[in-house]
Amino acid sequence: MHLTLHVWRQKSANDKGRLVQYEVDNISSDMSFLEMLDVFNESLIAKGEEPVAFDHDCREGICGACSLVINGIPHGPDEGTTVCQLHMRRFKDGDTIYIEPWRAKAFPVIRDLIVDRTAFDRIQQAGGFITINTGGAPDANALPIAKTEADLAMDAAACIGCGACVAACPNASAMLFVGAKVSQFLHLPQGHPERARRVKAMVEQMDAEGFGNCTNHYECMAACPKEIDVRVIAELNLEFMKAKISGRE
Amino acid sequence: MNLDAKIPDGPMAEKWDNHRFAMKLVNPANKRKYKVIVVGTGLAGASAAATMAELGYNVENYCYQDSARRAHSIAAQGGINAAKNYQNDGDSIYRLFYDTVKGGDFRSREANVYRLAQVSNAIIDQCVAQGVPFAREYGGQLANRSFGGAQVSRTFYARGQTGQQLLLGAYSALMRQVAAGTVKLVPRSEMLDLVVIDGRARGIIVRDMVTGRIYPAFGDAVVLATGGYGNVFYLSTNAMGCNVTAAYRAYKRGAGFANPCYMQIHPTCIPVTGDHQSKLTLMSESLRNDGRVWVPKAVGDKRAPNDIPEAERDYYLERRYPSFGNLVPRDVASRAAKQVCDEGRGVGATGLAVYLDFADAIKRLGRSAIEQRYGNLFHMYHKITDEDPYTMPMRIFPAVHYTMGGLWVDYNLMSTIPGLHVLGEANFSDHGANRLGASALMQGLADGYFVIPYTIGHYFGSNTFDPIDGEHPAFQEAAQAAGSRLQKLLDVKGSRSVDSFHRDLGHIMWTHCGMSRKREGLETALKEIPKLREEFWRDVRVPGSGDQLNVSLEKAGRVADFLEFSEIVVRDALAREESCGGHFREEHQTPEGEAKRDDENFSHVAVWEYKGDNEEPVMHKEQLTFDLVKPSVRSYK
Repeated sequence: MHLTLHVWRQKSANDKGRLVQYEVDNISSDMSFLEMLDVFNESLIAKGEEPVAFDHDCREGICGACSLVINGIPHGPDEGTTVCQLHMRRFKDGDTIYIEPWRAKAFPVIRDLIVDRTAFDRIQQAGGFITINTGGAPDANALPIAKTEADLAMDAAACIGCGACVAACPNASAMLFVGAKVSQFLHLPQGHPERARRVKAMVEQMDAEGFGNCTNHYECMAACPKEIDVRVIAELNLEFMKAKISGRE
Repeated sequence: MNLDAKIPDGPMAEKWDNHRFAMKLVNPANKRKYKVIVVGTGLAGASAAATMAELGYNVENYCYQDSARRAHSIAAQGGINAAKNYQNDGDSIYRLFYDTVKGGDFRSREANVYRLAQVSNAIIDQCVAQGVPFAREYGGQLANRSFGGAQVSRTFYARGQTGQQLLLGAYSALMRQVAAGTVKLVPRSEMLDLVVIDGRARGIIVRDMVTGRIYPAFGDAVVLATGGYGNVFYLSTNAMGCNVTAAYRAYKRGAGFANPCYMQIHPTCIPVTGDHQSKLTLMSESLRNDGRVWVPKAVGDKRAPNDIPEAERDYYLERRYPSFGNLVPRDVASRAAKQVCDEGRGVGATGLAVYLDFADAIKRLGRSAIEQRYGNLFHMYHKITDEDPYTMPMRIFPAVHYTMGGLWVDYNLMSTIPGLHVLGEANFSDHGANRLGASALMQGLADGYFVIPYTIGHYFGSNTFDPIDGEHPAFQEAAQAAGSRLQKLLDVKGSRSVDSFHRDLGHIMWTHCGMSRKREGLETALKEIPKLREEFWRDVRVPGSGDQLNVSLEKAGRVADFLEFSEIVVRDALAREESCGGHFREEHQTPEGEAKRDDENFSHVAVWEYKGDNEEPVMHKEQLTFDLVKPSVRSYK
């Protein structure tokens, strides 16, 4: 099939950036979206132009590297899908496709479609862990955990840290991401000793990075490739309030 | 080349204990005086960096991804083995050790494997304490599943995302240390060379992938946890960025490369659809617990799978290997799939696929039980192929997945270059000629959490270190050389893209050095690779410049190394005149087509030494001895 692409091109963080129109041919419906971009990039290289830079790695929907806004939707039109798992059979011959990077103050563009997501790492550093050194852990079965609780923890832990929630949110809020980590540890007894400190520190860092707040648009949940439920935001709010009221460290 | 494995004395079960007592310790107050450079943030790298930092060492940790959490360990699906015997089905440290040595086709080092089995239980404890949400039973206890090559149920899992959850556990431990200031984490950076001073590894040359700056990182020891080299085949289940550069550069600086021809072809991957294909997607081996593998009995039967009656189907794994059935180890399952496809009984448009059928399991357990177990895998399969595996059998075909070969290490995980330690898939030690499912996660975390933190202290305690910094001439020279090599790639200004060369290399490797190999083909590959390499350096086109984020340049450097490294893989395959594990030489098979090992002549680790760009590498041997497990014909019948 033949496609018209409008791709965000930006040489560096300091460059202004703009959408550039391209035509691309010989796209098969079996290709993934990123394979379409590979073919497109090969055509740019053949013309002596620089290929479009985009983040990607595992191409099986789990590493969280790929991060494109396609026709205004983070990760494109399919639900519960990363860009690397989106296939061209979703598009028609002659379609026009707009491809942009994540857009959020806390995710500055580095080049073309690549953004800097280290803000997420810094939020994790603030409290997204259980304080336990290697060695000396008790037997793994010493503490039974109800299956329903373990499943809730796993639902939240499925987050791949891609940032689509931020890109989808009109406030560029990171609360689905932060809520997912808080919720994972909330549903496991191992996470309880530090719960007050954790939620306060992560929220504080989230604010410091320039992410906005949740105003219940639920766009994050709609865009999330792992379909993380907004219940984690409710849990985050409740945990945060409890931590503040109790004054616990 | 000194290949003393430094196996501790004493009975097998006491070696690690004895060694831990015999090793030198570093006083807690002195630990912060040492700096360790860790390359890679996968299971091995992140767990090692975090644990060494907890002990008090200064750690610098580099990775090419934008975040440490994205290392390719994240993609492991099925699970992690441990000898917990929670199922009371007869498992033990000895059985895990035995299964692993046998699964590796008696080409691994017994003492290393025994230690791996010993520390396996502590890994599960550690991960649970970190908040890894493993699957559980209704009573709250941990759940287990079975995996290939074992008759006990010892695999712990977190849905189909076990690698992700274990990596996020290690990553959270790492993040905690970054916050504490003990680990300096440097993402989007690539190691271009190893620096050896006075015979010891003292640092690396790094390229900042955003600014293009090339700079030295120096310390007292270097730990490589840089994964495997499956992408030498272009198409593999590896992530797009996985590469051999770090390990290959270490090899060129004097580290021996062990068993490069041992690579694992995973039997259950989604088949190739066309030339545009950029990678192959794995479907977890755990699917073989409930899926039945079959092809039509008749050659050229093109009916839709559901139209083929039961009597006309050949469940060839169950037929050939009645005791292990669909759960035979990966090398056996892959080869059997190739054989039926070679016979013309393959399915799908290309004839290069077999069915993995869940109809019986769905009938027996109900759709929701199957959804519980494999929901995300079925979803992924559906997305990629546009076929619903709940109603149509999956089509699968083998693909390059894991490399058992790697840099040679001794019992302390130190390479032939003092101070250079190698962990996880990047080393060679534990899986022999074939890795069992759910053992890669176990090994990566064993090396990182429970081995290197001890043995690195022994290295520091046994040596004295002159202070150095990045101004040392060795760093300056290496940085200069790395820079001019990249400039040379930019200056070629030829006509072909880097990817087109990579694809050609992959084609040579898959055709001649893939699932089955023979002398003639390997010799052809040895002629074709240098030709392709020569063309690469004459005709590659790398747009842009070196002082910016330049994806083509990154790839060019990696492919340039693959174009050299692939030759050692082929040489090793040629030298190993036997079939063992993932290495199948057509000249060496039984009349039934099973692999024929030659213990008399090939019970050794083949270690390759770099001798110069225009010299042939030299092969050295580390003889393997088996005190506990007597090598036997590996039978899964």
